[in-house]
Amino acid sequence: MAYSFDWNLVLHGKYGQWILEGTLKTLHISAVAILFSVLLGTLIAVFRLSRVRVLEWIALAFTEFFRNTPLLVQIFFWYFGSAAVLPDFVNQWLYNHDFEFAAGVIALTVYTAAFIAEEIRSGIFSIPKTQLEASRACGLSFLQAMRYVILPQAFRIIVPPLISQFLNLIKNSSLCMTIGVMELTYMTRQIESYTFHGFEAFTVATLIYLVISLVVSLVITQYNRLFLRQIRY
Amino acid sequence: MHWNVVANNFDYFLWGAYPRGPLGGLALSILLAAGGIFGAFWIGLLAGLGRLSRALWIKLPAVLYIEIVRGIPLLLMIFWFYFLGPVLFGEAMPATTSSLLAFIVFTGAYVAEIVRAGVLALPRGQMEAARSSGLTHVQAMRYVVLPQALRNMIPSFVNQFVSLTKDTSLASIIGVLELTRAADQVNNRALTAPTEIYLTILVLYFIVCYVLTATSRRLEKQLARYQARSR
Repeated sequence: MAYSFDWNLVLHGKYGQWILEGTLKTLHISAVAILFSVLLGTLIAVFRLSRVRVLEWIALAFTEFFRNTPLLVQIFFWYFGSAAVLPDFVNQWLYNHDFEFAAGVIALTVYTAAFIAEEIRSGIFSIPKTQLEASRACGLSFLQAMRYVILPQAFRIIVPPLISQFLNLIKNSSLCMTIGVMELTYMTRQIESYTFHGFEAFTVATLIYLVISLVVSLVITQYNRLFLRQIRY
Repeated sequence: MHWNVVANNFDYFLWGAYPRGPLGGLALSILLAAGGIFGAFWIGLLAGLGRLSRALWIKLPAVLYIEIVRGIPLLLMIFWFYFLGPVLFGEAMPATTSSLLAFIVFTGAYVAEIVRAGVLALPRGQMEAARSSGLTHVQAMRYVVLPQALRNMIPSFVNQFVSLTKDTSLASIIGVLELTRAADQVNNRALTAPTEIYLTILVLYFIVCYVLTATSRRLEKQLARYQARSR
């Protein structure tokens, strides 16, 4: 079967525009989900380390459940099944706004938060116990010690694994195409079915994802080189 | 709530239409994951050792393969195999075959990094001692380093297997009748019970993956006793 390449098709005009829009949508949904997943992940990690049994159990159940189930099914659950779980006024609000986008963000946030919580927890564990004891002995409360002494140090150590979780999230955002979020993979698939020039579209999308991941891993290496070696106990 | 929809289709979720039709559902998901991890083990072993090689013509392809595959989403990989198989080979592959190939190539890159880390984690003295007792580099790898390194990697392999089990759900997008696709079908037919159906599917995946995760944790503890350590 002869296949004639037509790179102009996906690089210019309408389809080029689609690729650009898709890339921006990928970055947009990823950025929003990254923000929320860091917040939720920190909360879960602190719950997990608190001495309150109930909170500890909630956090443990959260991480185990969402880490051990597929993201795709979670996306479907939030998209198709959340109506029966969420209160009516929330559903109404979601339907009036961009529901696909919101469901995608919720799924990505919850899934990634479960992984981020584990990274943060191991980061906190890697700070010597004496740090907490010393700050408690100085008269700080547990929360203050966490806020001013432990977390700033822990976050410094976990920046690299955290960034690679962000990269995973960016790649995982491709699954949101299944519920109609018009991100990069969705657009690529769309071009394939409109023009049958899938090869070019998939190549361009692959390169875009590769560039994103290359930039992210460069950031990690630079960070390691500049900051991480300064930390010594 | 419409839990009867779930109850009526539970066997379909577990093994599809099996005695009367093709195997599907959770059984197919697990089969795909098992086939994927088996294939990925061999590719990953090759690529992982290749990346450790000092010969550039071996190292470079290995590095390229690992970095490219790890930089793109699995879904895109599945599309590559599914939509471009016909272009490259002239005939369409069944969706199950092309998704299995995508899983093998994708997971292989992650296994390669596990292999590399496992070999590097072994004390240098092991290789040096093996070389000085007269083994060649390849022999030392084969008989001294790898047996120890691979044993230490078992928990990571199990974790990778868990990831792959979750990832097999992506095959549903190109129409493979595994657990997620079975759920979609039942959901499209019933229309009344999306929450119940997807919750059930989540729990089914959770049971399989959690059992595996717990196994990997137990293995990790057991294997810690046998690890060679450098002083």
